[in-house]
Amino acid sequence: MKRWLTEGLVLIIAAVVAFPLFWMVLSAFKPEDEIISADPVPWTTRPTLDSFTRALTVANFGRYFMNSIIVALIVVALSILISFLAATALTRFRFRSRTTLLIMLLVVQMVPVEALTVPLFFLMRSVGDSVPVFGLNHLGSLVLVHLAFSLPFAIWMLRGFVAAVPVELEEAATLDGASRFRFLWQVLFPLVAPGLVATSVLSFIHAWNDFLFAKTFIISAVENQTLPLALQVFVKPDQNDWGAIMAGSTLMTIPVLIFFVLVQRRLVSGLAGAVKG
Amino acid sequence: MTAKGQGRTAFAYLAPALLVLGGLLAYPIYQLVLISLYDYGQEQVSGGAPLEFLGLGNYQNLLGNQQFWGVLGQTVAFAAVCVVGTLLVGAFLAILATRVRTWVRMTLFLAALGAWSTPAVAGSTIWLFLFDANFGFVNEVLGIQGFSWTFDKWTAFGLVAAQVIWCSFPFVMVTLFAGIKAIPGEVLEAAALDGASAFRTAWSVTLPLLKPIILVVTIQSIIWDFKVFTQIYVMTNGGGIAGRNLVLNVYAYQQAFAASEYGLGAAIGVVMTVLLLGITMFYLRALRRSGEVL
Repeated sequence: MKRWLTEGLVLIIAAVVAFPLFWMVLSAFKPEDEIISADPVPWTTRPTLDSFTRALTVANFGRYFMNSIIVALIVVALSILISFLAATALTRFRFRSRTTLLIMLLVVQMVPVEALTVPLFFLMRSVGDSVPVFGLNHLGSLVLVHLAFSLPFAIWMLRGFVAAVPVELEEAATLDGASRFRFLWQVLFPLVAPGLVATSVLSFIHAWNDFLFAKTFIISAVENQTLPLALQVFVKPDQNDWGAIMAGSTLMTIPVLIFFVLVQRRLVSGLAGAVKG
Repeated sequence: MTAKGQGRTAFAYLAPALLVLGGLLAYPIYQLVLISLYDYGQEQVSGGAPLEFLGLGNYQNLLGNQQFWGVLGQTVAFAAVCVVGTLLVGAFLAILATRVRTWVRMTLFLAALGAWSTPAVAGSTIWLFLFDANFGFVNEVLGIQGFSWTFDKWTAFGLVAAQVIWCSFPFVMVTLFAGIKAIPGEVLEAAALDGASAFRTAWSVTLPLLKPIILVVTIQSIIWDFKVFTQIYVMTNGGGIAGRNLVLNVYAYQQAFAASEYGLGAAIGVVMTVLLLGITMFYLRALRRSGEVL
């Protein structure tokens, strides 16, 4: 095939792939009468922020946006700390149950977390009896489950990065009088930062995108809903406010998109590092 | 450091992870199995009615239930269509990407990155809007205003599958592209010098070298597509009219939280977990063969 033919085909495919996102942003800026017109057109001459205003005021999207951010950021912070320590233990130390732990780590990644909604629902219910913040209807319950779901992969992936740091470096640091604690946080931690970026992005996205657990845990506390759930509230069988839905979808997609574009190079090298492990 | 000291420090480092994973993954898995053995309904949850041990009763109930078999079949077929579609689109585009200039490739990758990063709920609603019976752009272009894509069982499944492929092919494309790029140029040159045709090179040199990667993305796709929840739930409004678009995941959720049959929901969860762990065993072996060291 001639190269320009192939390139034309690739560009057309790229346009098709990007079209849903283009349509989302376009519809978010369209005035209402153009959205519910029987002859939709792929442009607008009267862009407006009405839909965003409706999403933010009527549906209180700002609040849900903050809830989603809070959950995702706490999950990322905790998962960095915990997975870094665990990955270090699993690569730098030899102990008897090490291989068993590694295999279990791989196996739990394959457990469909969706199947665990029933037991986790009851667990959060009883946790909530003693510690309300981590119980049903509170953001804490979402933090807990997403932390647990993101850890196995994060530990698995960081292993490769920790292993790539030469052991001699630790010996040198020890000779220079650095304590184990200082070596851990001032030498090793910065060196595995690329790996931490990759795992953090994935943890963030998992927590940010979650629909099932938000739906299961946040039953009656409307003020504690997260974005995916709030967006779902808009969708009604007959009378959809598509403008506000598309504005909400745009608000929900943009942080992830920015995140992805910013770290895509590191993400790819991070994933490659994990595979090489 | 002594061996014992190493072990002690290691466990100190591992303690937070073990605590979280034990409490929020291992314990719930145990609970899942336990709940699936009981008659666990609304009276037991809120009314404090005594639990009745059923043994394998919930499973017997499932296996004798026509709907369960229907849903299981649908889940497998839906996952199969999604996996095959994802792999074909991903592989085709990965190959095309090696034959174009950088700026064209970057355009494609950027578009794919957008699809990849769109949250499932947002992606589902966008597709619903694009394919809306009255205000959707697709019906306008095709000239079939008023046609509902989500009403008929098969068009609804098709629409969801298309959405799933849209957001999951980028992973396959990027991974395969990286795999193709990692093949040393000398190998391909040697094949060309030996007089191998382009097709022969692709079939006998590139494909065998890519086999480990293809295996990994295939199994990864199977695992993902087998447990699609959000797209089905959002796009078919909880499993379609009279539950005809249900897949196992949504079925378990509906049994547990809509019908308050928590025991039955848990049993479906166990069935799903066992099926996926079976696939995982293959995954482990595939990983080991591709050189991953435990």
